[in-house]
Amino acid sequence: MSGFPTHLLSMDDLDVAAIGEVLRVADSFAEVGRRANPKVPTLRGRTVATLFFEDSTRTRMSFETAAKRMSADVLSFAPGSSSVNKGESLRDTVETVQAIGMDAVIIRHASSGVPAQVARWVDHCAVINAGDGCHQHPTQALLDVFTVRQVLGGGDDGLARFRGLRVTIVGDVRHSRVARSQVAAYAALGAEVTLVGPATLLPPSLEGWPVAAAGHDLDAVLATTEVLSLLRLQGERGSGTFVPSLREYTASFGLTARRAARLAPGTPILHPGPIVRGVEIAAEVADLPAARITDQVRNGVAVRMAVLFLLLGQGRHDGAARG
Amino acid sequence: MAERGRTPAAPAELVVRGGTVTDRSGERRADVRVADGRVVEVGADLAAGRGATVLDAAGCAVAPGLVDLHTHLRQPGREEAETIETGTRAAALGGFTAVVAMPNTEPALDSAEAVRSVLELARGATAHVAVAGAITVGRAGERLAPLAELAALGVRLFTDDGDGVQSAGLMRRALEYGRGLGVTLAQHCEDRSLAAGGAMHEGAWSSRLGLPGTPAAAEEVMVARDIALARVTGGRVHFLHLSTAGSVELVRRARAEGLAVTAEAAPHHFTLTDGCAAGFDPVFKVNPPLRPPADVDAVRAGLADGTLDAIATDHAPHAPEAKDLPFEQAPAGMLGLETALALALTELDLPLARVLALLSWQPAAIAGLDAAHGGDQGGDVTPGAPAHLCVVDPGATWTVAATALASRSRNTPYAGRTLTGRVRHTVLAGEPVVVDGEAQR
Repeated sequence: MSGFPTHLLSMDDLDVAAIGEVLRVADSFAEVGRRANPKVPTLRGRTVATLFFEDSTRTRMSFETAAKRMSADVLSFAPGSSSVNKGESLRDTVETVQAIGMDAVIIRHASSGVPAQVARWVDHCAVINAGDGCHQHPTQALLDVFTVRQVLGGGDDGLARFRGLRVTIVGDVRHSRVARSQVAAYAALGAEVTLVGPATLLPPSLEGWPVAAAGHDLDAVLATTEVLSLLRLQGERGSGTFVPSLREYTASFGLTARRAARLAPGTPILHPGPIVRGVEIAAEVADLPAARITDQVRNGVAVRMAVLFLLLGQGRHDGAARG
Repeated sequence: MAERGRTPAAPAELVVRGGTVTDRSGERRADVRVADGRVVEVGADLAAGRGATVLDAAGCAVAPGLVDLHTHLRQPGREEAETIETGTRAAALGGFTAVVAMPNTEPALDSAEAVRSVLELARGATAHVAVAGAITVGRAGERLAPLAELAALGVRLFTDDGDGVQSAGLMRRALEYGRGLGVTLAQHCEDRSLAAGGAMHEGAWSSRLGLPGTPAAAEEVMVARDIALARVTGGRVHFLHLSTAGSVELVRRARAEGLAVTAEAAPHHFTLTDGCAAGFDPVFKVNPPLRPPADVDAVRAGLADGTLDAIATDHAPHAPEAKDLPFEQAPAGMLGLETALALALTELDLPLARVLALLSWQPAAIAGLDAAHGGDQGGDVTPGAPAHLCVVDPGATWTVAATALASRSRNTPYAGRTLTGRVRHTVLAGEPVVVDGEAQR
């Protein structure tokens, strides 16, 4: 347990040992998920709140399922049904939720950095970033890594398989919190990450990014790619103005059937969802066995159980500490 | 604007004893005797008459009061963040005897009525308040405000600060018209289409943090544009809060060419970098944004070589709840009045007299508040001069505490930082408004 942070705000909070720990713990929770009664008493008596200030179906369901499978009480906070619409500030909302007595708050927000701000306002309460603006989405990167490890196998804990692994991340990296977390996760494990996208959708600066390369030619890297990770075009963040048209984007960066055929057989194709068929991935490609999109969703529950366990389990953030 | 005589609270006689008079004419060990709001004697070992107030200035520089070209007093409209009373108290504590109040109040200072109202509210304040008028009606950037009418009230500086004038054509007309009035147009250089909602500097940090960035070019294209317009019109342009190496270089070349341009830099642009945003604390959000170290170095170099004429605070109070918003939604701005001089003395490798030039007589001239423009700020400490004095102990260290500031707001990015150089006394028209670091009213 040593070395696991108090909050999970960014993939940068986790070193290799901590990532390995999440994956190992997730293995056992994945086993729980396959049982007829997939429930364990691990977090009985603990209360977890989801504070989703931005729409999400799968991430919220995934976290809530994870918490419930561990017997935690789950409070669900949706801004539409709360006092945020009456002008309550973010800070007041968070302090209210904490006063009710939470062991963890799982936050999604459209603005980068909100979980970090919230972490400064709470005591004795773990903050989990479930996606903030264009910044980070650490559990998504963890479930991606878990899924890749599942597909590729490899000895011991499966981490050695990542060394030198050629991972290509394609699409709207600029606006993608998923990409920022993925880069940190894959790089921590020793993978060689290549970013591909139109220049307008790559970050303005890659200074300090642990990537091997960044380019604009997807076709040039397909043959050597060992893991292909696609990103959604973030229309809600205005990325529509960064490319002339969806048609032009798809022509250059969409994973068409023709492009998919150029990948080495069995190359896992990942997508954080929700997928937009026909834009970043052709409908028929999304249904190929190499597309691991459904596995990712399934694994998300086990990985989030592991994160909750490591942040809350074994006496961390217990009632006594909350005082 | 009208000269200020002795205020009711001023003692009949005041002696500032044991300091080193430091002004544009140089430095000399001397006491200063003040009577009826004016300096009456400067010399060694002056005796104090019976009943005279004596201010100890041992180890201190006795300088003309500081002049801030760029203060947001927030009144009218945002009194929860600052008022003229609290803002000028903060100014006095920072050694300022005059501030230029920015017009981005609610409503904007774009009419004679609005300007008169602020001047009226500022009467009796602990610092002289000069008003900068808006260039355009409502700061909307569409049509010129009544510049002549405002100039007749004593307004010498016009700006839409908070926004740049986006239309080059309108800015050209403003410069032409302003030239005829003998006023200066101050520009907040930010091309809106390039800034595009940026919350911080666009670069390595914004890319990592996933925050929308404002590129250096958003500032530089408008600096370049307005230099071209100054060349065409012969109008006077003052560049507010320059923050990038490119901007400093553009101004350097324009000055070499002999154009009538002046420029200021804010303390945060020579003391803090864009990496400060790493923790997403909106106290580090400001516009123009904090820049990378190379830009900070360029701003320092510009202050050192005279390209930049003034240090101006861009004192921008915001109520605590506003700075508890997400970084992207939080308003931009930092407090500055109470820390500016100390930051300059601590962080800039410049002689005290140079720092005072950047904070007193040079900005006084740009604001039109010096004797050459009919004002009484920034002048030498000599018999007959109005007694606006800043007495600063350059060796005193102190630690900034947000709760100890006189401003109504708390948004200082320097909380907990230890600075060297502290304002000991501030004298406004003969009245000691700050004594031993304490505001007197």
